Amino acid sequence: MQPIQLQWIDYTILIAYVAFVLGIGWALSRYMKTSADFLTSARSIPTWVTGLAFISANLGALELVGMAASGAKYGISTAHFYWVGAIPAMIFLAVFMMPFYYGSKARSVPEYLKMRFDERVRALNSVAFAVMTIFASGISMNALAKLLNQLLGWDYNVALWVCSGVVLLYVLKGGLTSAIYTEVLQFFMIVLGFAPVVYLGLKDVGGWHSMNHSLQTVAVDPSALYLKDAGISYATNAWTSAWQPVLAGPTHNPMGVDWFAMIFGLGFVLSFGYWCTNFLVVQRAMAAKNMTAARNTPLVAAVPKMFFPFLVIVPGMIAAALMAIPDKNYRIPPPPISQESYTKAIAAVQSASPTDSAVAVKAVGEAIGKKVDPTRIASLVAANTASKLTDEQIKQGLYNSVAENDYDSVILSLVKRYCPAGLLGLALTALLASFMSGMAGNVTAFNTVFTYDLYQAYFAKGKSDHHYFWMGKVITVVGIVLSIGAAYFASMYNNAMDIIQLVFGFVNAPLFATFLLGMFWKRTTGTGAFLGLFGGIASSAVFHALTIAQGNAPGVKGGYIKVVSTFPSEMAQNFWLAAFAFTVCLVLTLVISLATKSQKTDADLKGLVYSLTPRTVDHNLPFYQQPGVVGVILLIVCVILNWYFW
Amino acid sequence: MGLDIRWPIGLMFTLIGVLLSIYGATVKSDHAISLGININLRWGIVLLVFGVFMLLGAIKGKKNPPSA
Repeated sequence: MQPIQLQWIDYTILIAYVAFVLGIGWALSRYMKTSADFLTSARSIPTWVTGLAFISANLGALELVGMAASGAKYGISTAHFYWVGAIPAMIFLAVFMMPFYYGSKARSVPEYLKMRFDERVRALNSVAFAVMTIFASGISMNALAKLLNQLLGWDYNVALWVCSGVVLLYVLKGGLTSAIYTEVLQFFMIVLGFAPVVYLGLKDVGGWHSMNHSLQTVAVDPSALYLKDAGISYATNAWTSAWQPVLAGPTHNPMGVDWFAMIFGLGFVLSFGYWCTNFLVVQRAMAAKNMTAARNTPLVAAVPKMFFPFLVIVPGMIAAALMAIPDKNYRIPPPPISQESYTKAIAAVQSASPTDSAVAVKAVGEAIGKKVDPTRIASLVAANTASKLTDEQIKQGLYNSVAENDYDSVILSLVKRYCPAGLLGLALTALLASFMSGMAGNVTAFNTVFTYDLYQAYFAKGKSDHHYFWMGKVITVVGIVLSIGAAYFASMYNNAMDIIQLVFGFVNAPLFATFLLGMFWKRTTGTGAFLGLFGGIASSAVFHALTIAQGNAPGVKGGYIKVVSTFPSEMAQNFWLAAFAFTVCLVLTLVISLATKSQKTDADLKGLVYSLTPRTVDHNLPFYQQPGVVGVILLIVCVILNWYFW
Repeated sequence: MGLDIRWPIGLMFTLIGVLLSIYGATVKSDHAISLGININLRWGIVLLVFGVFMLLGAIKGKKNPPSA
């Protein structure tokens, strides 16, 4: 990727954003008087603000980049991560679970677990969560620094430390409120920064219908765009229908998943496990000013979430459609290739004999170090023999003949294609904003859990509030420093990201079973929950060690003990792993709970378990504000969307 | 929390909107890249309208403070 030259207008927009973010921190700092102000926003924020922060804490830059990548790879089916994998869980959280989280007065999700079960469950959950947030924030900052390095030519270290410094300043000044406020700012930055790119992209490809038309040719022969191996072909609607290709079976959709894994694995286990138990998002709802506001937070969030696919997935579909139209002269960028490799490959093209193209293809492929398209190389060699091409022309030809795609650069390639100076600054600021708030979100969740669930619980009980307030600030600094360490770790090892994400998967997959039983079955015991959770995590590790996805070599991607079963795709493997771990955790918790005696009386569990808690009365609210009613309306809209893109 | 978030959002987008639309209206840039549209001017106006809308909300909120 060649560095972009930013103009003064781009820098002005970037600086304006950073100035406002720091200003918010400054303006809030005078309200920070207790540890509760700093770590939990003292439950004072209106619904629309917590709602947008809820969605924004999840909409990290990695999601922006990843969803566009998946849009190109899989088409509109990627929207299942929203319509199946988020909306139902968010509605469930609002209607059924928020009353316990908010009503119990717990300050964090692990603290709820302590109230419901015991210290062991809390310790397990809070340690796992603290470690995960640090790595998540480190991964995000590593990606940001790498991006600034490749895109603008900034030094990696400078970019990493400066951006982390900005986050540190505003979180330290304004605490959780600062993070939530900037998340709202970031929400509007992302929507308003990327909407023009989508608009221009759709216009370029000729509108929605032309895009779909072009994607039909993609579906029939995805290997022409290097999306799949040669010989694979799908029905024409594989990129443009959300459900039909999935229902047809794993070999009929580019994701390689079946409907059961999609609905149970993604739609139930993974989705509910994330949205209903992850403190990073739940914390936003817990900061709301009252119970109704807390319950409405995920519902407010569900509205933009439902329509995000048009902002984040459609760019990927545009990219694939553009690539299939030859005179648009666009390709999804290939993986980065060094200048030395290009020089070697150019020499290989120049010395190649046009009569023996197989030799030329082999030589060029070795020089580039990537898969290459033999037909394109052959015609490049032929063109060069017919009339000498310049080095730059050959380089362009080589760029176009690399038969691999770097999907993660889809979104940036579109920004570069359509944005003049000015708009470019806006789009880049939006991206930068989402990386930084990704770090801020994780750090504010980390400092709350660390201060209340680890420090106060196990190291320094019964100190003054001033002590914990001060400690919260220290932990914030520690969190940022650890995140920077995690960023360096992720940058040093190519496999680091894969391994970290793998471990996240192991820990998260069974978690929802524990919450489901804990909240809705009063007989669940602490021992049952603890051992069930442990067993669930262990079983997902075992499942992973025994299965593999087609085309992967045993190792980090699974199957390192013995391959018992092979899945058509990594995504199918993940969904089934989640489904398996959930079931193990559920069964273990159930059986052990029945075999052990509960330490808690019914009185202890009041406000923590469904059957022992008085129903939240919503009658004093107008019906359109009642979470139950709003939830049903949102579900209907979600079903309509699914039906429309059937 | 004492700060109404609509103030910073409104101020920031008004500022960026004004900057972007003036830039689009005065600086001769290559419109070919954005398909022949003066996207800076158009989008600057959109941002400006959004910013002003937020500011109006903030002013209204200041006049009638919500009853907690």
